[in-house]
Amino acid sequence: MYIRATGNISAQKTFGHPPFLAETAEYTGNRLSCIEPDYKTFIDVKLIRRMSRIIRMGVAAAMECLQEADVKIPDAIVTGTAYGCLEDTGLFLTKMVEFNEELLTPTAFIQSTHNTIGAQIGLMLQCNNYNNAFVHRGFSFESALLDGMLLLKEKEAATVLVGAIDEITNISHTILSRMGFYKQGAVSSLQLFKKNPVAIGSKGTIAGEGAAFFLLANEPSSTDYAKLDGLKTFYKPQGVKEIEEHILSFLDAHSITFNDIDLVITGKNGDAKSDEIFDRLQQTLFTKNNTINYKHLCGEYPTATAFALWMAANIIKSGAVPAALEYSGSKENTIKRVLIYNHYQNLHHSLLLISAC
Amino acid sequence: MSDLKTQIIAQLNLQDVKPEDIADDQPLFVEGLGLDSIDALELIVLLQQQYKIKLSNAEEGPKVFRSVRTMAEYITAHQSRNV
Amino acid sequence: MSQAVFVAGVGAISAIGKNVAECLDALENSRAGIGHMHYFNSLHRERLPVAEVKMSNDELAQLSGLPTTKSRTALLSMIAATEALTDAGIENLAAFRTGFISANSVGGMDKTENFFAEFLSDNQRGKLRDVVHHECGSISELVADQLGIKEYVTTISTACSSSANSIFFGARLIKNNILDVVVAGGTDALTKFTLNGFNSLMILDEQLCQPFDENRRGLNLGEGAGYIVLVSEKVAAFLKKKPVVTLSGYCNANDAYHQTASSPDGTGSFLAMSGALKKSGLQPADIDYINLHGTGTQNNDIAEGTAIRRLFDPRYPKMSSTKSFTGHTLGGCGGIEAVFSILAIEKGIIYPNLRLQTPMKELPFTPEINFIKNIQVKNVLSNSFGFGGNCTSLIFSKS
Repeated sequence: MYIRATGNISAQKTFGHPPFLAETAEYTGNRLSCIEPDYKTFIDVKLIRRMSRIIRMGVAAAMECLQEADVKIPDAIVTGTAYGCLEDTGLFLTKMVEFNEELLTPTAFIQSTHNTIGAQIGLMLQCNNYNNAFVHRGFSFESALLDGMLLLKEKEAATVLVGAIDEITNISHTILSRMGFYKQGAVSSLQLFKKNPVAIGSKGTIAGEGAAFFLLANEPSSTDYAKLDGLKTFYKPQGVKEIEEHILSFLDAHSITFNDIDLVITGKNGDAKSDEIFDRLQQTLFTKNNTINYKHLCGEYPTATAFALWMAANIIKSGAVPAALEYSGSKENTIKRVLIYNHYQNLHHSLLLISAC
Repeated sequence: MSDLKTQIIAQLNLQDVKPEDIADDQPLFVEGLGLDSIDALELIVLLQQQYKIKLSNAEEGPKVFRSVRTMAEYITAHQSRNV
Repeated sequence: MSQAVFVAGVGAISAIGKNVAECLDALENSRAGIGHMHYFNSLHRERLPVAEVKMSNDELAQLSGLPTTKSRTALLSMIAATEALTDAGIENLAAFRTGFISANSVGGMDKTENFFAEFLSDNQRGKLRDVVHHECGSISELVADQLGIKEYVTTISTACSSSANSIFFGARLIKNNILDVVVAGGTDALTKFTLNGFNSLMILDEQLCQPFDENRRGLNLGEGAGYIVLVSEKVAAFLKKKPVVTLSGYCNANDAYHQTASSPDGTGSFLAMSGALKKSGLQPADIDYINLHGTGTQNNDIAEGTAIRRLFDPRYPKMSSTKSFTGHTLGGCGGIEAVFSILAIEKGIIYPNLRLQTPMKELPFTPEINFIKNIQVKNVLSNSFGFGGNCTSLIFSKS
């Protein structure tokens, strides 16, 4: 199946399809917020007024994706979000506590439901087709992607809009900071991997957020980015050996070896404990493969794999790896097949295989 | 009535709308400002919060919220009753 | 691809019982579970009736085997999922690829709202253990870990149709030969967040709800969980207790009309029901019973009823809303009502629509008001419709 179009709002300049990561935004501090466009060209003003930031980001990224694909009504809309609409959730909770369960208005409650973004896209498009929302932590995007891929395989759909959306709010950032997820003090996002986090024992990652959508199609078109060949997820592996077995069986299922992979995108996030797994695999499995990272650009969040997929699709389409990705390999112009390996808190592991059309 | 217009704009987050853009007798719903059932619920809470007036049932909504003038009349009528 | 997906086991906990047998007994004896708040606490306790599971968190924890500090949503889920797996009696479960596809609407919100009261006074306060399972997926993982299911775990949240969609997705994972066994369904506990949310929408009934009644006033919120165990033909052949019910049809459609309200003609409901019929290869006349979404709100019941008229007129199957017993359990209702639908086929029974006094004047049909037994039920349509226009219909059939 084919990735026909993308739409991406992230901490980098990605919306509106500017030259692929030609410029990079650098962040100091542990919070990477999205660079947001002027939404009024994408969303009716009458609708915008009720939409919180994450809903605007999701809807705008979806609309950009559909425009690029020149698809008016997709056969299915599937979204993935781990946290859902946190701002609206926090707003309603705050008012509920402050006003002691009285004088509450429904808007924030309505918009807080996890299917709001997919529903708003359906509503704006007047799309009566399949509409689903997955909310499973570090598997949210992967589950949505699997649903979309199966709909294409089952011939229930010819075009599927699949996306991932997660936001950081002041409340979520405070709580996740208290849980010790993030680095303390001033850190430059672009310096995240300059010194190997594992070697220096660096603790914590940098918070990220994003909205990325993809139009997947059964039939090829002249504008395709790449082919999406495979997806595999595995939950709570017992050690690196089990991870290796999953990766090997994934390649086996697609009848390829490491020699057939031109580039590996890893989900390193700057936290020593988290990145150790990737370092081990570079010594055991990816020994001859060129590898790059991506979370210094978008930060860490449960649906960050969507940013990696957007990157892989662009690398294959453009045939180039932007400087921001610190690529040191030799096969720059001949990258035909990319493997993405991500894990979120060593609980949710995923593998994605993308290749040139 | 201009206070009321400002409150409506704030409560409903009506972007790019100024108090003077809303005529006193302009319909608020559907063909006028384009408000819907959720806005009606927001306006019910506005009356409660700002004017301590409780609409006894939601079905009164369409009549009370027809325009800024009908809202203002409703407020005046019910406030004086409370005094 | 075309292989059948069988139902090997069912499990449910709701306001009318902590297991399937208790729920069935209440259904047979027209005993609703809706009333004053006893375990759940809210400012609205005197005004709004709810359908509580009649057990404290401590009692639920003991029954579930999970710690009492965990979200009530997880405790309910664990109890119903365990019952479903036990009912299925798959002896060599470890030999099969088994998944847990769950659903809920607000994750561990019951704990988050406790946390929040303290957090708002000082953002360094509030116990982190109360917010660590806030995410919907985290609730599913608590249960999957305890059940020992690891092969595939995910969570769906499409408001009130959530657990119908998890059953739908689970069946497709079997049909696509990704899994052999799936425990699918959903769960939700009562929370202040949802109670106040629905209250702000002014669609809660201050009396016991009357779905599909001309004078209906709104819905009663409930809590509970329902799960079914779906198995492939290959697994079904292994089982001692041969499954007799299949999931024969399903469809997910979107109303695309309004964020919360259903379209007057029930476009989404019609598309979901007709799509599920098409998938199953059945005609409207083949349906023996419809388990209605039937929340009791003005808007839902007329939209659903209008769509039913459009699809079934002039021959109407028997139908009822079991929410008149269980209240509206949000992320749990698709699962609980799937269990009731399956039991209707297995036991040849149909449930009453309680408190129906005046049939809706716009509709030419009336839901069942009596419990019926010893009746042939071959095909059941179960409707679940939610905010965001998400409409899903499932069809269960006698194999």
